[in-house]
Amino acid sequence: MANERIVVVGGGLAGLMTAVRAAELGVSVDLFSIVPVKRSHSVCAQGGINGAVNTKGEGDSTAIHFDDTVYGGDFLADQPPVKAMCDAAPGIINLLDRMGVMFNRTPEGLLDFRRFGGTKFHRTAFAGATTGQQLLYALDEQCRRYEVSGLVRKYEAWEFLGLVRDVDGNCRGITALDWYSMKIESFPASAVMLATGGPGIVFGRSTNSVINTGTAASAAYQDGAHYANGEFIQVHPTSIPGTDKLRLMSESARGEGGRVWVPRTQGDTRDPKSIPEGERWYFLEEKYPAYGNLVPRDIATREIFQVCLQGYGLGGRREVYLDLTHIPRKELDTKLGGILEIYEKFVGDDPREVPMKVFPGMHYSMGGLWVQFGKNESTGALDETSSKNQSTNVPGLFASGEVDFSIHGANRLGANSLVSCLYAGKIGGPAMVRYGRETSSKLPAADGAFTEAKKRWDAEFARLANVSGPENPHVLAQEMGDWMTDNVTVVRENGKLKETETKLQELEERWKNVGLTDRSGYANREISFINQLRNMLVIARVMTRGALMRDESRGAHFKVRDLSKGVTEENALPRDDANFLKTTIAEHSADGPKISYAAVDTSLIEPRARKY
Amino acid sequence: MPSSIRLSVKRQDTPTSSPYWEEYEIPYQPRQNVISVLMEIAKDPKTRAGKATSPVVYDRACLEEVCGSCAMRINGVARMACTALIDSLEQPIRLEPMAKFPVQRDLSVDRQVMFDSLKRIKGWIPIDGTYDLGPGPRMPEPERQQAYEYSKCITCGNCLDVCPQVNGRSNFIGAAPIAQARLFNSHPTGAMNAGERLEALMAEGGVDDCGNAQNCVRACPKSIPLTTAIAEMYRATTRYGIKKLFGT
Ligand SMILES: Cc1cc2nc3c(=O)[nH]c(=O)nc-3n(C[C@H](O)[C@H](O)[C@H](O)COP(=O)(O)OP(=O)(O)OC[C@H]3O[C@@H](n4cnc5c(N)ncnc54)[C@H](O)[C@@H]3O)c2cc1C
Ligand code: FES
Repeated sequence: MANERIVVVGGGLAGLMTAVRAAELGVSVDLFSIVPVKRSHSVCAQGGINGAVNTKGEGDSTAIHFDDTVYGGDFLADQPPVKAMCDAAPGIINLLDRMGVMFNRTPEGLLDFRRFGGTKFHRTAFAGATTGQQLLYALDEQCRRYEVSGLVRKYEAWEFLGLVRDVDGNCRGITALDWYSMKIESFPASAVMLATGGPGIVFGRSTNSVINTGTAASAAYQDGAHYANGEFIQVHPTSIPGTDKLRLMSESARGEGGRVWVPRTQGDTRDPKSIPEGERWYFLEEKYPAYGNLVPRDIATREIFQVCLQGYGLGGRREVYLDLTHIPRKELDTKLGGILEIYEKFVGDDPREVPMKVFPGMHYSMGGLWVQFGKNESTGALDETSSKNQSTNVPGLFASGEVDFSIHGANRLGANSLVSCLYAGKIGGPAMVRYGRETSSKLPAADGAFTEAKKRWDAEFARLANVSGPENPHVLAQEMGDWMTDNVTVVRENGKLKETETKLQELEERWKNVGLTDRSGYANREISFINQLRNMLVIARVMTRGALMRDESRGAHFKVRDLSKGVTEENALPRDDANFLKTTIAEHSADGPKISYAAVDTSLIEPRARKY
Repeated sequence: MPSSIRLSVKRQDTPTSSPYWEEYEIPYQPRQNVISVLMEIAKDPKTRAGKATSPVVYDRACLEEVCGSCAMRINGVARMACTALIDSLEQPIRLEPMAKFPVQRDLSVDRQVMFDSLKRIKGWIPIDGTYDLGPGPRMPEPERQQAYEYSKCITCGNCLDVCPQVNGRSNFIGAAPIAQARLFNSHPTGAMNAGERLEALMAEGGVDDCGNAQNCVRACPKSIPLTTAIAEMYRATTRYGIKKLFGT
């Protein structure tokens, strides 16, 4: 096995965990990322990471974590991987602790845990309000260790363009672009992992980093990988509106006691601090006494949306208060410092003194590349030794992290993503190694495929370098983002979804008339963006078509009969298990996505109605 | 309230070509930052004089000052562009690449040296493996809080850009990696290899080369107590050196 080499695309939590796990088995890793991996989007995660450790004597268990996750996801997730992840979560947190993550501690020096949405337990380990940053750094450091020992080779500022598939359709490597020299090269691998994160920028402004375009997933989809549950988009209830980005105000603010409210009187313009308790409407606490401000995100988002539609938004605007001012300053600083600084820096108010103003913002994609898992047929559990784990329908191609569709079903619970990314990498790395060993002697020669792939992309980029139409790519991107945000986020309605499909097709046509303002042959980010934009339009259609065809409401997918009647249960289509307790599978074709449905593995928990 | 936003940008087409300045002007909008203005210019890139140009190349990702990408000199000061609010800047706003790193293009620089320094100081906890080996060592919360400050370093490079000791004639490692050595040496497991990190800091370009200008601590966007870390590491290396000399 002298020259076993895998490719990992993406250096967020999922990609780095994959790389470390494979390197630990002695396998060489080529690691690709558009930004230095330490700057990946995972760095933005604030609130924490879930694992049921029951250190607060509340009776929490991994079984309850499993149930909360499946129920929170409205039963759309295949259950064996969810169970396996929840069982592994405490061990993953221990591992991070051993890697040196500066998690907050109890007076006894043990890890501290906070509350997050969709659960009644203190289950979320956290490092101040910069948990993702701390976790990413810990993995980055372990990866650097393998870089020094020679097992990991980094290709930072390289962009993945597409797969290399041999005559039998096996994925044998990737083609990538050097962001500085603009050189295109193909790289062979015994297996390829895509860990390229979410597609937030398809919605223009979101809580995501601006590099989260979903371009890699879309390229893989166009190269034959299936995309699943694309219509399930999580809109976070509390973000800070901005012209460039919707900055997140983490759920941990509510986990630590933050309260959402609006004045009871519409258009009340008094200073919030002078409004007496009795004249404040804590609408989440009133409607959901058991979970209060910590109802799952899809529900909190719709409630905030509806309250604003009814005219209770602050000053008639689309904003509500998120109030921390009743909590002592010192406590806020040690537990939430990082996020309060963000609010202070961008808004200019001190959230320890003045209630914050927030509104829902696009946050996360539950959908992504379809992946499978190995199942132990006698126990029904996920088989951690299977080379099937995290593998896509394209042999040799794996996916993990936000880019894969597994675990979260129709709605993700807060603090469950970091753990799912790490778990996917934890089982994905070894699965790739195993796959490589199982297939190495059986695959056909692929030299031709590499030359072909490079030729194809060289030609495409040479063409893009000369386009001179009247359309500006950034303007097209903005139109796409506005349409997607208006019609494919919090509320969906079939008429609007059809209009959006037509609009996206119009944008695809206009994309053909795009013009380049940058003619440079060095570090030309505009050429790369034009290519990404086409990929974004393709994946936007997958999301829209999936939403149009799913005639029910489930988790974050909330479909109403008549948009003018508001975001209410009465106006919504009900959940329809008979027809739609199914995974949406999109397959690429020249005339748009072809949709089919696959059964969901509900072998462990019987689906029941979701009521909080 | 001004009616427009004016920017002056020092551009450079390739790592070896000569720099030149360009001016831009866009209509005023409240609550903008340097990145959002650069994004706006890219939608219709032309100079203030109306000449068509190319979008400015710069690095950015998170837009909330946590990824460390967008460091540049703004009105002469090294800082993060995403938190540089237009309303608090004097116009025309001058943007230049940081000067202590090789320019790639326009405002984008190559900071690989910072990641290489993390290799130099062995910036990691040498764990036995990723297998489930139970919880990590306990740590008193007050110590954890101190260490946490250092773990917030975003590797932006501002502390190097403002340091007079970081220049073409020296290979001073700079404040950020010294603070990282402090972080790992204070972790119960990391402390087991403290000596290796101290030796790295005692080598050429190490902590001894600090000239105590204290610019770094003022430039750090995350308010990391960099000078405290340097002082601690200075003392630790001295102690370590003496111990080694006398073999105790
Ligand atoms: C503001 C915010 C706060 C959050 N807070 C939490 C939280 O508290 N708890 C929680 O559990 N989850 C949280 N999440 C969700 C969580 O952060 C993400 O889902 C998770 O970090 C995704 O990790 P990843 O490894 O899949 O991808 P990422 O971290 O996004 O990494 C993707 C990688 O792929 C690379 N890449 C992408 N495209 C290409 C390409 N074409 N070529 C080469 N490389 C490419 C990128 O450079 C990057 O290295 C939060 C999300 C946001 C937006
Ligand atoms: S863009 Fe991440 S720090 Fe500014």
